[in-house]
Amino acid sequence: MSQGDHPPMSDSVVVEGLSKRFGAYQAVDDVSFRTQAGECFGLLGPNGAGKSTTIKMLATLLRPDAGRALVAGFDVVAEPQRVRSAIGYVPQMLSVNSALTGYENLVICARLQGLRPRARKVRIDEVITMLGLEDAAHRLVRTYSGGMVRRLEIGQAILHRPKVLFLDEPTVGLDPVARQSVWEHIERLRRDYGMTVFLTTHYMEEAESLCSRIAIMSRGRVAALGTLAELRDRVGNPEATLNEIFVHFAGQFQHEGGLRDVSRTRRIARRLG
Amino acid sequence: MSHAHAGSHAASVETQPDVYTNPVWRYLVHAATIVDLELRKLRRDPSELIMRAVQPALWLLVFGQAFGRLRAVPTGGVPYLAFLTPGILAQSVTFISIFYGIAIIWERDMGILQKYLATPMRRSALVLGKQLGASTRAISQAVVILVLSWLVGVRLHVGWNVIAVLILVILGAAFFAGMSMVLAALLKTRERMMGIGQVITMPLFFSSNALYPISIMPAWLKVVATINPMTYLVDGLRGLLLGTGTHAVWADALILAFAGTLMLALASYLFPRRLAG
Ligand SMILES: Nc1ncnc2c1ncn2[C@@H]1O[C@H](COP(=O)(O)OP(=O)(O)OP(=O)(O)O)[C@@H](O)[C@H]1O
Ligand SMILES: [Mg+2]
Repeated sequence: MSQGDHPPMSDSVVVEGLSKRFGAYQAVDDVSFRTQAGECFGLLGPNGAGKSTTIKMLATLLRPDAGRALVAGFDVVAEPQRVRSAIGYVPQMLSVNSALTGYENLVICARLQGLRPRARKVRIDEVITMLGLEDAAHRLVRTYSGGMVRRLEIGQAILHRPKVLFLDEPTVGLDPVARQSVWEHIERLRRDYGMTVFLTTHYMEEAESLCSRIAIMSRGRVAALGTLAELRDRVGNPEATLNEIFVHFAGQFQHEGGLRDVSRTRRIARRLG
Repeated sequence: MSHAHAGSHAASVETQPDVYTNPVWRYLVHAATIVDLELRKLRRDPSELIMRAVQPALWLLVFGQAFGRLRAVPTGGVPYLAFLTPGILAQSVTFISIFYGIAIIWERDMGILQKYLATPMRRSALVLGKQLGASTRAISQAVVILVLSWLVGVRLHVGWNVIAVLILVILGAAFFAGMSMVLAALLKTRERMMGIGQVITMPLFFSSNALYPISIMPAWLKVVATINPMTYLVDGLRGLLLGTGTHAVWADALILAFAGTLMLALASYLFPRRLAG
């Protein structure tokens, strides 16, 4: 853990040759990229491309088979505890305790993040105001709309002001208004707190409006990486929409293991009501 | 070493830092948070506890009353119903804990577990919190069964020893919840956990001293009963409530505590590797 190993703090996530297989299936295959501190980085790709698996490795939930990843300067394998203190993670699935109130959900997370009572109270109130959950805070989460649940989840993940916020499909299943509101909150977090936001999405307009740089994954590999302008250059069409770019880089592959992914998405949609 | 944290602390040099700095205290806060979470869920929906009281009530009211008339079991001079009560108490502690693994897999499928595992909480603090969460449920069961047994005329030694009874219940529940979480980590799906729950609960019960003393068992069953942790829970409870245990109560407690710690270690090791993804 010598100082020399750590990259300059301007790179909030450094991934080099990261790989993960499940049985015989290579879910993430020799992936490398960097994110700059304070940017919004978007990971795109078809179902089963390996986006969630990549995020889970960065959030220290899955152990990489090969390669190396630093998050906020810490190695995800050698210093997982420090990585966990420096990140917020919102899984792809809706993962709140619906039998508890929004406030209780925040209290639990704040304690797990190690916040002392006084700081806990201040931060929770701050997050509730920021995400517009004042009226709903003391209601059971069971009564929340999908958009409110997602905002609550983002709130849970930012109580300790992480350096890097991982959002796995933050707006899946939301209506356009709810989605817009989640976008605004994400943008504010990045701007006001200088958080690096690392998100995955299937919505092209989401990546276009939020992300300064975009990586397109396909079959476990990074097929393209850059700003929208750079990606347009690479497909050789300065007018190309992100949709066209996506199809260019990821469209030629048909994903085989689709059932699991589709049923998972359906389940999320159902839970969102 | 802590250069990355310097920034967040610099602002509050004179006042307390925002986060707990003592690792032991932080660990305890984390485990207590998980217990608190379980209690909150329970308080919102206590119907589970009521339903879970039905089965032990049937054992005491129907089986105990009828079987006791046979006078077939050498109970060491106490009425069969009294002999049975600690057994039923242990059974209900076991059953309530053993389904904890299913709850964990459910939380994994929901993504709740992953969210918690991405916080700085130690893995073992999560497991310990869950174990003690099972203990709190088991305590409420124990109270129900003790009251019930009194209502049907069983006269147990009840006084300050109730504290020791509750400690045994806590240890027993922590062990079985830990075992259940180890199984959950190995089996990974709710369906398989349901299956294994059905498969092992009854054998655990029948191969223990809950219904009959070890002395009347065939040799092979004696061996099974001796390695079955439920036996030690029943024995300790009988020692306290009837004064007829075969081992010293502290020995029973020690065995349960040791077995529970082993499960804590095992579950903390297996969990993040097999259920975090
Ligand atoms: N725990 C697991 N065990 C086995 N296979 C898995 C596991 N997790 C993911 N996979 C498989 O790995 C591949 C990549 O999954 P991943 O969830 O990373 O995809 P994704 O890009 O997030 O897809 P989606 O857009 O549907 O969320 C998929 O084929 C998936 O079925
Ligand atoms: Mg995914």
